[in-house]
Amino acid sequence: MAEWTIDETVDITDVVCPVTFVKAKVALEELDDGTILSIRMNDGEPVQNVPRSIKEEGHQILKLEDNHDGTYNLIVRKVGD
Amino acid sequence: MAVDYKALKNGGFMRQVQKNHFSLRLKVIGGNLTADQLIAIAGISKKFGDGHVHLTSRQSVEIPFVKLADVDAVKAELEAGGVDTGVCGPRVRTVTACQGSAICPSGCIDTYPLAVEISDRYFGRELPHKFKFGITGCMNNCLKAEENDLGVKGGYTVEWLSELCTLCGVCSKACREDAITQTDKEILVDQTKCTNCGRCAKACPFDAWKSEPGYILSFGGTFGNLIARGEQFLPIIREKDTLFRVADAALAFFDQHAKPSERFRVAIERAGWDTFKQEMEAAYRG
Repeated sequence: MAEWTIDETVDITDVVCPVTFVKAKVALEELDDGTILSIRMNDGEPVQNVPRSIKEEGHQILKLEDNHDGTYNLIVRKVGD
Repeated sequence: MAVDYKALKNGGFMRQVQKNHFSLRLKVIGGNLTADQLIAIAGISKKFGDGHVHLTSRQSVEIPFVKLADVDAVKAELEAGGVDTGVCGPRVRTVTACQGSAICPSGCIDTYPLAVEISDRYFGRELPHKFKFGITGCMNNCLKAEENDLGVKGGYTVEWLSELCTLCGVCSKACREDAITQTDKEILVDQTKCTNCGRCAKACPFDAWKSEPGYILSFGGTFGNLIARGEQFLPIIREKDTLFRVADAALAFFDQHAKPSERFRVAIERAGWDTFKQEMEAAYRG
């Protein structure tokens, strides 16, 4: 039932706060408006905080998917300035 | 002529180790000063002090090394520069605040205007002992509300809006209290676990949470000789009128029950927390 197709992916499970958000933000900055990015992040602090930071940057979050391996994919549509 | 040190201290002139020198405490509300006020303070420090200022533990500014002979001249220059002197002694002290929702993305309440209102209403009011108000915008508690005699903490009362929700999964992970459960068709909130932190609403990508700002009060905090955390027992307060009604009642209780030089916490404990809670709950109900 997905109403989107993932265009790009970024994995932020290899970094810790605050670099988690920075890495996701940099990935989004490189994309064109409307591009769908899937951000893979760890459970715990990243999944608590990164979605909110992405929202505050003005991008549209579509879904948070549980990978059932201690990680989540946050599906985001890039919204330009 | 004898120097009235007590009057000087009450007016914010704090006696120093060095004879006839005072550290002048200024009035600062919510930790904010304008650039022009800072320039005036800098000028006075250079002219009458030793060229440095001290930032106090409660967001105030002191100008040390002001000489007794210069007290009146310093007061006049402060007034011209739009700066007031602070207070010491048994009265309501500097009202502290974080930046709150006007500036900080985490803030649930607009702290500075509230600090000004509280300060205008109570600052300098004589009481059995010192009394400190502190206002923090959210559960992150940067301003340490519970250290204060009366702490105010911003929070949200939240309500799920099913028609806007896409069940994206963000809020149940944003909640740190495990109060939100998502099924395949709805969001369930365990109100007994909700701390009014508002993280669900702040994180929601679809504005599917109705969030109402409110004040969570704590009473009897003290972090000096006696260290004790302020107690929270009232529900979150939505209306500012209610907040002031409760604050009025708290100060009246302090006036009525405390011995001279006794802190609010000690007075509450002597009178009994049950009695105190009953009076605050009565004020809360109005």
